[in-house]
Amino acid sequence: MNFADVLRSEWTKLRSVRSTYWTMFFAVAVTIGVAVIVCVKWAQDIRHSPGTTIDATTISLNGIFLAQVAVGTLGVMVIGSEYGTGMIRATFGAVPQRRAVLAAKGLVFGVVTLVLGEVLSFAAFGIGQAILSGAHAGVSLGQPEVLRAVVGGGLYLAAVGLLGFGIGALLRHTAGALSAFFGILFALTALTDLLPTSWRNDVMPYMPANAGTQIFAVQRVHDALAPWTGLGVLCLYAVAAITAAAVLVTRRDA
Amino acid sequence: MIQVRELSKRFGKVQAVDALSFDVLPGRVTGFLGPNGAGKSTTMRLILGLDLPTSGHVTVNGRRYGELHRPLTEVGAVLEVRAVHCGRSAYNHLLCLAQSNGIGRRRVAEVLDIVGLSSAARRRAGGFSLGMSQRLGLAAALLGDPPVLLCDEPVNGLDPEGILWIRTLLRSLAAEGRTVFVSSHLMSEMALTADHLIVVGQGRLIADASTTEIVARSSANYVRVRSPQASRLGALLRESGAVVRAHDGALDVTGAGCPAVGDLAARHGIAIHELSSQTASLEAAFMELTRDSTDYRAEVA
Repeated sequence: MNFADVLRSEWTKLRSVRSTYWTMFFAVAVTIGVAVIVCVKWAQDIRHSPGTTIDATTISLNGIFLAQVAVGTLGVMVIGSEYGTGMIRATFGAVPQRRAVLAAKGLVFGVVTLVLGEVLSFAAFGIGQAILSGAHAGVSLGQPEVLRAVVGGGLYLAAVGLLGFGIGALLRHTAGALSAFFGILFALTALTDLLPTSWRNDVMPYMPANAGTQIFAVQRVHDALAPWTGLGVLCLYAVAAITAAAVLVTRRDA
Repeated sequence: MIQVRELSKRFGKVQAVDALSFDVLPGRVTGFLGPNGAGKSTTMRLILGLDLPTSGHVTVNGRRYGELHRPLTEVGAVLEVRAVHCGRSAYNHLLCLAQSNGIGRRRVAEVLDIVGLSSAARRRAGGFSLGMSQRLGLAAALLGDPPVLLCDEPVNGLDPEGILWIRTLLRSLAAEGRTVFVSSHLMSEMALTADHLIVVGQGRLIADASTTEIVARSSANYVRVRSPQASRLGALLRESGAVVRAHDGALDVTGAGCPAVGDLAARHGIAIHELSSQTASLEAAFMELTRDSTDYRAEVA
């Protein structure tokens, strides 16, 4: 086994199915679309009532909340579809070192998602600030914390994508893994809300989405984790899922 | 060369493969025969390292599958169930497998040509007919020009022309000195394709012998004798220990060869109108061999 060969193979796999392009197209459309809609709306509000304070960076990156759905879904599908179609048997037949396959697949998908996420984050920021500056409310990358937040938007998307990938590799079933992914990202937070207040306040900041999204916020919300800590917590969820999958992959029949 | 040693695989309560041992030698087509549920596909998956054995081991070219450096260049496999992402074109399916083993694009075009799929190379594999899928599976197996080839039920879904094509291809690959291991439940097909047979039932080895030997060894081989004094001859044969069955005006005798039957009739002055040895079809030999090991059998009321 030559790891570079496996990477090349996984790259071919990712770019040779339509679902990759559809989910990426969706991610691009919602990130840019939401940036335009939300920023146009705020620009109007500010013109009507000057003096409104906003987190201009986060506002322009709001589409990431929708784009994460597409990126996570793609993460689940790159591995889930191999199990679903039986392709995984051909894959493991060609490369019996199953952990190397998971590593190569995760690496290729992670890098592609990171590049896409950064491009989207910077594009959404640029477009959003151009619109907001019409109301003199735009910010620039040179202002404190702004560059970190814009870079963070891309990092967040890559981390969410890898969480989806890890869950897909662990559950080996696209539909089940998608349910689990959305459950962990959204439903878990809703359930946490039902806990007694004292527990809720302790647990809530550590929910994957609550923790991870701090990386693209400039103004800190009370009780929320610090940006890099939050991203780290989100990454831990992804690492846990991928590690569990890597442990089990050699013990289970393909 | 494939060596299977005391190989066992249990799924929960089901013993799918039970202490199987056999060798698959190069230079000939070895058929892997057994009724449904006999453990053929599981054994193939164990050889390829896709399933983990409960006990025992299997080696390919002297090494465990997981130790092979570039598996596609050592073993080609066509699995029974589709192992193709339906959204990917045939060309890209083969390309990603080839790349993982350091095989170039030119070989992808070559194997597409060998299996006759060049014109469909850019079409999505999900839209392929069963026959085209089999050809695509075979193309993937041939990518690394491997000395060992495994095919699980390769003629399933092929039209007569396709069956003839695959039979000729497998025989020519074996004639080049490769190890060719083909599973099938179609005995008649194996009679035409395989030189050697490994017969399994309920996960256990039933026979490991040449195709001709298995047919010869079968107790479904018998002597047919016709005589105007059939009932007297029948009684004498039974006395001598043979099993006699009256059938269609003739006697079917097992447990005594043509010479013995002829000599007996001569000693008692019985006229004989026909005396012939009947060879069982491979089908009959197979039914005979696996009679006790079929999982699901139609009960005759």
